[in-house]
Amino acid sequence: MLVATKAMTAGAIASNFATARPTVSKHIQILIECELLTQEQIGREIYYHASASKMKEVADYIEQFRQMWDDRFNRLETVMKKYNRK
Amino acid sequence: MENKTVVSAEDGTQEILITRVFDLPLELLFKAYEEPGLFEEWMNAKVLKMDNKDHGSYAFETWHNGKVVFRANGTFHEFVPQKRITRTFEMEDTPFPVQLEFLEFEELTNQTSKLTMQIVFRSVEFRNRLLQMPFAHGLNMAHDRLQEKVNRLK
Repeated sequence: MLVATKAMTAGAIASNFATARPTVSKHIQILIECELLTQEQIGREIYYHASASKMKEVADYIEQFRQMWDDRFNRLETVMKKYNRK
Repeated sequence: MENKTVVSAEDGTQEILITRVFDLPLELLFKAYEEPGLFEEWMNAKVLKMDNKDHGSYAFETWHNGKVVFRANGTFHEFVPQKRITRTFEMEDTPFPVQLEFLEFEELTNQTSKLTMQIVFRSVEFRNRLLQMPFAHGLNMAHDRLQEKVNRLK
């Protein structure tokens, strides 16, 4: 979530990881293809931004799924606590 | 507060992992899966069949406003009380193929227990479609509400 706070160059992103630079570049490319990252050329450097709306969309549907199971399991807990008191 | 139910679905895999810590002894947690009456209560469903044994089968349906909204069935491959349920799960009348589910029940303390549910899908695509179902449902609901409001303005 490095790029969540500010736009960064590929070099700056890579310097935060022990992974080889080409591996980081590959990951960046994948994120761009998935539209999770957008690039912007400023002078000679390319800066990468996190695409917040797209990230939220992915996180949202997993969160909704989690919420559905959480509600279901909360009901299970309530039903069984009530059963236990009988 | 930390989420009690955790869902993990790694990119490009055919599975979903759901874990949940319950404020219930293991015995009670398992009972919720074993007793049809209790299962009906927390799943908001009607049990049509529940043959709790290896190679036994089960079927249930859920209701909403007097209509069946959902029917599902499957076979228990393994039914080990208070330990494990390995079963298939199929939603009837949907494009989703059958899925394989591994439920592991663990005792944490004498008052708490943990359920780990691993769901394996036929393909990554079906996994992703299922994950999106509650989201799509939420969007549809929001869309319906919007439509209602718009209709009222007409």
